[in-house]
Amino acid sequence: MNLHYLRRKLVNYVALGISLLSAVFGIVFLCWILKDVLVLGLPALNTSFFTELPAPPGMEGGGVANAIVGTIMITVIATVVGVPAGILAGTYLSEFGRKSRVASAVRFLSDILVSAPSIVVGIFVYALLVGPMGGFSLLAGSLALAIIMLPVVIRTSEEMLKLVPDSTREAALALGAPQWRVTVQVVYRGALRGMVTGVMLAVARVSGETAPLLFTSFNNTFWNFSLTEPTASLTVTIFNYAMAPYEEWHSIAWGAALLITAMLLVVTLLARFFARGRSTG
Amino acid sequence: MSDKMTEKMEVKGLNFYYGTKQALKDINLAVQEGEITALIGPSGCGKTTFLRCLNRMHDLYPGNRYEGEILLEGKNILRKGIDLIKLRSRIGMVFQKPTPFPMSISDNIAFGLKLKGIRNRGEIEGRVETALKDSALFDEVKDRLNTPALSLSGGQQQRLCIARAVAVEPDVILMDEPCSALDPVATVKIEDLMSELKSNYTVVIVTHNMQQAARVSEYTGFFMLGEVMEFDRTKRIFTNPKNKMTEDYITGRFG
Amino acid sequence: MNTESREAATSSGDRIFKGVSYFFAISVMCLMGLVVLVLFKESLPSIQKFGLGFITSTSWDPVALEFGALPAIYGTVVTSIIAIVIALPISIGIAIFLTEMAPTSLKGPIGVAIELLASIPSIIYGMWGLFILSPLLGDYVEPFIIDHFGFIPLFDGAPLGIGMLPAGFILAIMIIPFISSVSRDVFLMVPSILKESGYGVGATKWEVIRRVVLPFARSGIVGAVILGLGRALGETMAVTFMIGNSPDISLSLLDPATSISATLANEFTEADHPLYLSSIVELGLMLFIITFVVLAIAKLMTRRYEKR
Repeated sequence: MNLHYLRRKLVNYVALGISLLSAVFGIVFLCWILKDVLVLGLPALNTSFFTELPAPPGMEGGGVANAIVGTIMITVIATVVGVPAGILAGTYLSEFGRKSRVASAVRFLSDILVSAPSIVVGIFVYALLVGPMGGFSLLAGSLALAIIMLPVVIRTSEEMLKLVPDSTREAALALGAPQWRVTVQVVYRGALRGMVTGVMLAVARVSGETAPLLFTSFNNTFWNFSLTEPTASLTVTIFNYAMAPYEEWHSIAWGAALLITAMLLVVTLLARFFARGRSTG
Repeated sequence: MSDKMTEKMEVKGLNFYYGTKQALKDINLAVQEGEITALIGPSGCGKTTFLRCLNRMHDLYPGNRYEGEILLEGKNILRKGIDLIKLRSRIGMVFQKPTPFPMSISDNIAFGLKLKGIRNRGEIEGRVETALKDSALFDEVKDRLNTPALSLSGGQQQRLCIARAVAVEPDVILMDEPCSALDPVATVKIEDLMSELKSNYTVVIVTHNMQQAARVSEYTGFFMLGEVMEFDRTKRIFTNPKNKMTEDYITGRFG
Repeated sequence: MNTESREAATSSGDRIFKGVSYFFAISVMCLMGLVVLVLFKESLPSIQKFGLGFITSTSWDPVALEFGALPAIYGTVVTSIIAIVIALPISIGIAIFLTEMAPTSLKGPIGVAIELLASIPSIIYGMWGLFILSPLLGDYVEPFIIDHFGFIPLFDGAPLGIGMLPAGFILAIMIIPFISSVSRDVFLMVPSILKESGYGVGATKWEVIRRVVLPFARSGIVGAVILGLGRALGETMAVTFMIGNSPDISLSLLDPATSISATLANEFTEADHPLYLSSIVELGLMLFIITFVVLAIAKLMTRRYEKR
């Protein structure tokens, strides 16, 4: 009896100890990856990194200025296309469709598309746009990211809109306001914080995407501001540089990795902070 | 009624705090062995909080603090270093809502037995049956002991939980409004069961239903605002309360 | 909300607003259909040429224009299984730690840290895996495995640091945050009164977790695992860096291999023949269908936990 009891306690401590170790394992890898990105990336971050175009293979110096601007352009255009479309679709689910079949189907598909392989979206946009247009382009890259962003924005905006109580809608409708005004001026306002958080997370997510850009915006060693030309991005640059056999390029790839990781972590933390403000305020 | 009175548990000067908020103030009362002790009072009066002190359920959540003494057979269960697992296997608990575990009917009862180190299949089966008979559930479930416990009705689930508590032969059984989620018929069955249990177990029951307290218990404590207003034999509390507030409460003038 | 009363007051503004939002909601379905349609049309040449043999053929030879998907499918499935095998116990451990063990002051920060791990782009994992993890695996871990378990064909090979095991390992690190955060949410759904009943009969913390929490959360955990599997199957960049990109089927987990997504990433822009390109697109179509099915199953299994 007593032995049995001791064994139970022992099993308890061992099992809990393993759980603790798992958590430590997760944290260790996070810190390890972040440490390496920081240590290896920091030396690459000098003035030329931010201001110059890529140097030819094997040459010292050079930067990724065009890729930084390219990532920003691709992400901004994707946001401009994807966010309004996502918010409107989310509005339909929360304000009109609700429990209808169409709404349930859209909800289900969105949930799946959120985790669907992004590289397939790249192939899709390639077949749809790059082939017919005769080449890789900024537009194609942006479209691919917009498609990836769409389901994320739909689901978060719907969730946030649903948090606005029906009594608020009814109170506004009772004043004689048409429903679109109620939605735009009352419901959106109530859900604003949450929707901004959702959009920030969606933008952060797509700006770190590599696979869908490989066949859409491709790469460019020079500046490009045209919608129809190939465009460099930080992530594709990392891919190409890391796969190449040159030490200098590896260093720049780490620098780009640090830049994009830092950006994403800051946005993610900000979004969390912003979301927390909602629950208390 | 037993002729010899022994105090199974004795509470002395108990204060309890949720963080900085004091929830119980200077509680003193004794739980008699082999009797049912009822705790009544308006909601938020601290009766459930008190009950959960008796098996130190509050320790599951951080920031809770006890002061004073709770003696179980003369030993303070609030002392540092006490083995909570052992304590809780001595003091069983039945909750407001039925809480069958997600497993079969017989496994629910066997759960506690296995914890006690009983491995013998035959013995487990026998004790499962006894516990189910003790809780007047056996006839209703004997043909489906291996079906999920969640398939039982609410009242049956609650009796199963009582059977589960009884099976490990605890010294004391705590019941926290065990009938509040049940219909009147199921309630009557549970009350009958409590009277049966009295012969073998010490029971402390929290109830918001004064008639229930009057029907089943031998002693009653009236709680208000975290304090015990009055503690006495049930008969006396309901016929001749000393405290004005107790009288007001039991006559339904507030509550 | 009551639709009848609203209909009466419907203004033209309302009709337009509803119509536009409906259009965008529907667009998700159209998009989905269009993806399948376009990929199917582009892979037609390959489908016509190879038929079902595409799935069973092991030859991937761009020079001879012979394309079979089996090596890529094999690599995708094996790396994903390795990832789940590694990630599942660790994720559940993390979820247990976060819900049942950690002091309140640690719950928040560790939870956030695990979620941050999920927001790091996959290319960073891939690059870190290639430059940091791979040499360590090749120099220390794999020689150890070969020395001690080399008699098992699964662990017989050269310590290269790249291959299916390294790719599966990095995938595991990537999906741990997903599985553990979903599992944590499922664990939090277990009513505390149920856990208290467990403690009430004198069970230890582990016994409560093992007998009450885990059975209660079982289908949610299965859903979380399948969700992680869906992610692992479609993940591209991390695998591309770590798997070695060799279209061979080998029993040894230490040998280089390829996966569907790695083949897509590496060869798509190099495909210089319509049939080559078409075969790659067919791979993409298969990947899409497989992950769709897997994710749909995961969705259906976790659905009941999200109703609240």
